[in-house]
Amino acid sequence: MKIVRPAKAGTMESNDIYIMVYPNENGNEIQLDSIVLKQFGNQIKKVIMDTLNELEVENALVVAKDRGALDYTIKARVETAIKRACE
Amino acid sequence: MLFIPGNNPSMIQNSPFLGADSIILDLEDAVSLDEKDSARCLVRNALLSLDFNGCEKVVRINSISSGFGYDDIDAIARVKPDAFLIPKATEDDIEEIDSLISTIEREEGFKLGCIKLIPLIETAFGVEDVFNIIKSSKRIVAVLLGAEDLTADMGIKRTKEGEEIFYARSRIASVCAALKVDAIDTPFTDVNDFEGLRKDAEKAKLIGMSGKAAINPRQIDVINEVFSPSFDDINWAKRVIEAYEKAKMEGKGVFALDGKMVDAPILLRAKNIIEKAKAIGLIKG
Repeated sequence: MKIVRPAKAGTMESNDIYIMVYPNENGNEIQLDSIVLKQFGNQIKKVIMDTLNELEVENALVVAKDRGALDYTIKARVETAIKRACE
Repeated sequence: MLFIPGNNPSMIQNSPFLGADSIILDLEDAVSLDEKDSARCLVRNALLSLDFNGCEKVVRINSISSGFGYDDIDAIARVKPDAFLIPKATEDDIEEIDSLISTIEREEGFKLGCIKLIPLIETAFGVEDVFNIIKSSKRIVAVLLGAEDLTADMGIKRTKEGEEIFYARSRIASVCAALKVDAIDTPFTDVNDFEGLRKDAEKAKLIGMSGKAAINPRQIDVINEVFSPSFDDINWAKRVIEAYEKAKMEGKGVFALDGKMVDAPILLRAKNIIEKAKAIGLIKG
């Protein structure tokens, strides 16, 4: 999927994650801010990257502001933002 | 049955531990128009990933006529919810949705008919047509009365006392009993009035509704108390069945317990109480 416009999904509420997606030139890039960055930062980035790969996204900048989201929420919010960015 | 907004991760992941028999993940009224896609995706992933702790997983989709309903069905049926709740259900909607789900069940290799349907009766036409609506699909396991929309449709005032929905409740309870599906009562919307909730639930139970929807987790305990058989009921039912077994061995058709005649309808009521108590784990079965 090709990112053609900036898009966002999710909220800043507890247990959610706010995802912003932008077109990028050099592959996929993640900028993560999380209340549990030290404990789960790598796992959150992995879920985001796995979701991008599943959707065959190759050039996206993902800016994520995490409020303690579980994996299913991270995946859902990334999927929604990507679909909105590709429409 | 507890309504949970479909775009709220915090409430979704806590919902299985609140004591409800069923969780209704709501994609309709609880979700704004510009977040329908997001909620659909969140509910789909929740159904794929979360353990719902034995709760029945029901998804309220948007109506077919809204334009969102088709996408809801296509996305959610593929992750096999227990049931769909269909807003403002009509016979035509149910038949079309049944057919769409059958196609998806075949494509996904699911057992045909495994996804059930619960029509939401919330128009005057729906109340009058409820018999045909239920008969329109074998997937239907229950009917939910939506009194807020119904009273709006009829142009009448909705009150706490609920006299205005007496007919709708009675009709739905009677038709559901005739067709052997559950009749679920409308939610009580004042989430801080527990005495009012209890009275409302008792009124619905008296008429024949078999359960009640909740819109706040704090309503669950009262609803469960009202709709669960009491221990006195269970003990009476056990004694009736024991007396029946004894009478049968003695070749008696009709017998008495505590000086009162026990015949087929009373025996049926006793059996229903035992079945219900077993279903909700009050006695082992």
